[in-house]
Amino acid sequence: MTQTLAAQINSVLAALILLTAFGLLMQRRIYGLLHLFAWQGVFLSISTAVVGYTAGLHHLYISAILTLALKVFALPYILYVLIHKLNIKKDVEEMVNIPTTMLMGIALVIFSYHLTAPVRELSTLVTKSTLAVALATVMLGLLMMITRKKAVTQIIGFLALENGLFFAATSATYGMPLVVELGVALDILIAAFIFGIFFFQIRTTFDSLELKEMEKLKEED
Amino acid sequence: MTMTAPLAAAFFAVIIFLIMAGVAPFLASRQASLVRIAFLFSAAASVMAVYAGIAAVSAGSAETLIIPIGLPDLPFYLRVDALSGFFVAVVALLGLFVSIYSFGYVSGLAEGRPVTSLVVFYCLFMAGMLLVLLSGDAYFFMISWELMAVSSYFLVCFEDESVEARRAAFIYLLVAHVGAVMILLAFGILAGFAAGFENFGGFTFQAMRGAHLPPMWASIAFLLAFSGFAAKAGVIPLHVWLPEAHPAAPSSVSALMSGVMLKTAIYGMIRVTFDLLHAGAWWWGGLVLCLGLVSAVMGILYALLQVDLKRLLAYSSVENIGIILISLGLAMIFKSFSMNLLAALALVAALYHCLNHAMFKGLLFMGAGAILHSTHGKNMEGMGGLIHRMPQTAVIFLIGCLAISAMPPLNGFVSEWLAFQAFLLSPVLPGQLLRLLFPLGAALLALTAAMSARCFVKVYGVVFLGHWRGKQPCEAHEVGVSMRLGMGLAAVMCVGLGLFPTFVIGWMDPITKGLVGASIGSSAQAFGWMWLTPVASARASYSAPILFAGVMAVIAAAYYILHARSSAVRRADIWDCGFPKLTARMQYNSTSFAMPLRRIFGSLLLIRESVKPGDARRPLPFQERFTYHLRVMDRVWYSCYRPLSDAAFWVARHATRLQHGRIQIYLMYSFITLIVLLFFA
Amino acid sequence: MIYSISIECLQIAFVLGAAPLFVGWVRMLKCWAHGRASAGLLQPYRDIYKLFYKDVTIARNASWIFRAAPYITFGACVLAGGIIPVISTDLPLSLSADVIALVAVFAIARFFTALAGMDAGTAFGGMGSSREMMVASLAEPAMLMSVFTISLVAGSTTLSQMVHVSLSSPLVLRPSLAFALLAFALVAIAETGRIPVDNPATHLELTMIHEAMVLEYSGRHLALIEWAGEMKLFLFASLGVALFFPWGMAGVYNPLMLPVAFVSLAAKLAAIGAAIVLVETRLAKMRIFHVPEFLGIAFILATLGMLSFFMLE
Repeated sequence: MTQTLAAQINSVLAALILLTAFGLLMQRRIYGLLHLFAWQGVFLSISTAVVGYTAGLHHLYISAILTLALKVFALPYILYVLIHKLNIKKDVEEMVNIPTTMLMGIALVIFSYHLTAPVRELSTLVTKSTLAVALATVMLGLLMMITRKKAVTQIIGFLALENGLFFAATSATYGMPLVVELGVALDILIAAFIFGIFFFQIRTTFDSLELKEMEKLKEED
Repeated sequence: MTMTAPLAAAFFAVIIFLIMAGVAPFLASRQASLVRIAFLFSAAASVMAVYAGIAAVSAGSAETLIIPIGLPDLPFYLRVDALSGFFVAVVALLGLFVSIYSFGYVSGLAEGRPVTSLVVFYCLFMAGMLLVLLSGDAYFFMISWELMAVSSYFLVCFEDESVEARRAAFIYLLVAHVGAVMILLAFGILAGFAAGFENFGGFTFQAMRGAHLPPMWASIAFLLAFSGFAAKAGVIPLHVWLPEAHPAAPSSVSALMSGVMLKTAIYGMIRVTFDLLHAGAWWWGGLVLCLGLVSAVMGILYALLQVDLKRLLAYSSVENIGIILISLGLAMIFKSFSMNLLAALALVAALYHCLNHAMFKGLLFMGAGAILHSTHGKNMEGMGGLIHRMPQTAVIFLIGCLAISAMPPLNGFVSEWLAFQAFLLSPVLPGQLLRLLFPLGAALLALTAAMSARCFVKVYGVVFLGHWRGKQPCEAHEVGVSMRLGMGLAAVMCVGLGLFPTFVIGWMDPITKGLVGASIGSSAQAFGWMWLTPVASARASYSAPILFAGVMAVIAAAYYILHARSSAVRRADIWDCGFPKLTARMQYNSTSFAMPLRRIFGSLLLIRESVKPGDARRPLPFQERFTYHLRVMDRVWYSCYRPLSDAAFWVARHATRLQHGRIQIYLMYSFITLIVLLFFA
Repeated sequence: MIYSISIECLQIAFVLGAAPLFVGWVRMLKCWAHGRASAGLLQPYRDIYKLFYKDVTIARNASWIFRAAPYITFGACVLAGGIIPVISTDLPLSLSADVIALVAVFAIARFFTALAGMDAGTAFGGMGSSREMMVASLAEPAMLMSVFTISLVAGSTTLSQMVHVSLSSPLVLRPSLAFALLAFALVAIAETGRIPVDNPATHLELTMIHEAMVLEYSGRHLALIEWAGEMKLFLFASLGVALFFPWGMAGVYNPLMLPVAFVSLAAKLAAIGAAIVLVETRLAKMRIFHVPEFLGIAFILATLGMLSFFMLE
């Protein structure tokens, strides 16, 4: 596999990751969100493997496998069980309507392209052009957390954001050291469990998973 | 000086207009002959000015004439070059058509009321517009600008018994003057840097052209001039006067105001930015482009929601000015990066759209006048089926609708196509952010074009097709020959400008050569006169004659084959779904046609919608009547102007406390002022 | 020159002849997918033939616009058939209208059909026109954006030139084209009135878009409209082929490639027909006010395509 072909495959995968990030923004059904998230994990893992192959860094294979296991199977499964157990309504409720969110998303993509321009000029890696996409994925994840009402969609937004960070790491510097990545993966897993526990707690306290209810926690004056 | 010189011809035309304005009051007792004589002479003057404009563009060189009247040391400079010649031709061409149209239209008005003031101010208005274009110094420019503004003010409040007309005219005058002050300040800066702030030497455009402004002052001058001209052109958010004033004026005047008066503002922008300031920083163009996009999209959205035909056309003018500004902004950006060829392309797109818009919007306003004349109503909700009553007007109006919707092979498409080409060539620009933003601009332009098609399907479908919706039976009739002739000539221009763009672009070469130092005329015709190839034939080509001939050939063939065997055509009632009591009120009307749009873009607009049952005591299912109420308000008016006017009233209310009516207190105010001034002096 | 003109005529004749066949293929596959017996590949021809021989009934109030609209629609579609490179890039007509003008040619057809819908003065006609114009006004920007992406890659907006560039340049994986393809597919669904935007088979009043406009037509007028509709579907499919999968098309003065071009086009169109049937069988028609969102997605995809052209390539 030549460098240029690898770069092309990588940019196609980057485009797909961006597409899934937008898909997360426009998806109305909660299971659809989970599927999209899992697909994003698949693309991320393939991309990591491709980068690992071209750069000859074998520890990236481990990251790829870890991503595949964790983000494609484990986390979606945990969330699926959560949704099922908590009997959450299957529709996602958004605070800002979807076309507007999408337009904001486009603006964020342009912004992150603009931000990463200096890095792109300096970098010599095969993956340099995908950095903008990685940053955009982070921002889109944040946007999703801001514009959605339900706690579950917030989690998915958070995980998508983490996907973006991971992708940024592979595209900017061919990945973080393995130890760091293992640590982050563990963190994510634990975060998912903690979120799960939180959900149960929130629901027993407020009888709802609407984050609006949390406003009641503030001190009355 | 021979009579063939363009400047002399144009000046002579202006003189004719001024003389007519002076003579008209003496003919006031004989209205019918007044109308005939005045518009005959104004048509003749327009022909002369059209000739002058065309000749000036072809000549390509500037011509100056100094008239030693006015203040001492401040003579009037008259000047015509390719740019002003182009606009003179545009103004006078539509002026000619409107003059012909006015024979019938103003005669119709004269049956109801004296039209002397209309004739006087019409002539002054035409003279004012031509003088704006011909003036070669800032002083004379401002005088002509005011002549144009004031005479159009009187035209807007021609029907002075209506409150709306007076209010519209007042808003118009206010915005026009705020704009004029900004233009004056911009000229002040330019003149100051040209010859020092102490003397008047810098007031000619010639002197300003040679001035060297520091970048900051150049930007300030540009911003002032641009906002001043934008107020006249009706760029959002300075457009609020436009949908008020254009419907209030008589339709022949609306045609001129919308078709060409707005173009004088575009002329001013081009004159100041390209000629006097030599197109400075790229963000000037970016600003113009962004405002153009906003105006285009919002203008057409508002247009779609209107039920008053002339208001709809006025909002559509906002949209078209937006399209012109988009191309103009692109030209400025290209110019600031010294890409002269592309700048020429974008500038040609802008100028071509000016010409096109003058033709089709003039045509549509004249058509609206014809409809008004024959149905006595502006509200589209009460119209329908006029194609049976006014068959020729219907055909002419259809050409206008097709042209404004950018349908090939008519003229609207040519200029939008050129604008798209300019957008698609933008990847050669150096700035990466710019390159990303440009495609989005192209998408908004596409949205505007598609929306305007939708808007004019609505107009045509509701006004001319279907059944008559009015409460009274329809009494509409075909309008007179002169009105049809005026509109018809504009329609012929729409077709001609659409079919033969290469000739027009070739003719426009001297303008771009003078302003941006490049021209696209030769490359546009490189492939032959039938193909318009703005850059290269491998890049893009468009041939209206072939498209037109192709479609016509297919239609003729299909018609011939299908009619070879004679088959009966039966007329029957429309399909009623088994519901026998269909009425004309069950047709889609203007409001229902635009309903999907209100749902989709409702959040951008300010819409109040309510359904009230007719009888409050009955439960809902047993109601017999419902009242549906819809109000579409201009968001800009409520978010920008309302607070301003409220603030003004607030200040005024508090200022009245100073007013006591006692002379001693007023003397005391003066005394205190004197003391304060002396203390600080 | 004579060669290109004869190719041009050949292609127009081919589009006229093959369009009903393509629709017949889609309908046949759909019947199979639903487990019904199909009327056969040739049923659309029989329909058109039958309609041509029927007498015409026109609403009392209808004007000349109503009678002219079918001819104009038909003329525009035939002309589009001469512009889009279907079997060969050697088309003289392709120079007379680039891709922007092509979109506008389809827009003329739509303009007149919408006017004709309002002409008879029925409630349905107006409803159809309003909805059709709504769909079109949102689809057109997305369509242009998607096409612009390809023209950026090709450096031209002339269709035959765009095809020529993608045929002669080496195969490169381009994410921008993938996005543009997705967007184009969504727009094509909307423009040709297929499920989930519109249902070409429905005559249920409240769900129709296109059918509501042409409800009053009969006889040869209806035949022309139907034929034009079939050509439109065929042309959008071949436009997609030309823009994204042109391999196999005959180049300039290359008569030996023509048989290959026909065979490869047939194979590609058969696959596209299968894809249409797959989508239409799986999805239900969506509510009319979800269509803007659908087209919004198409627009976003096209924009992403353009962005990724600058960002990733």
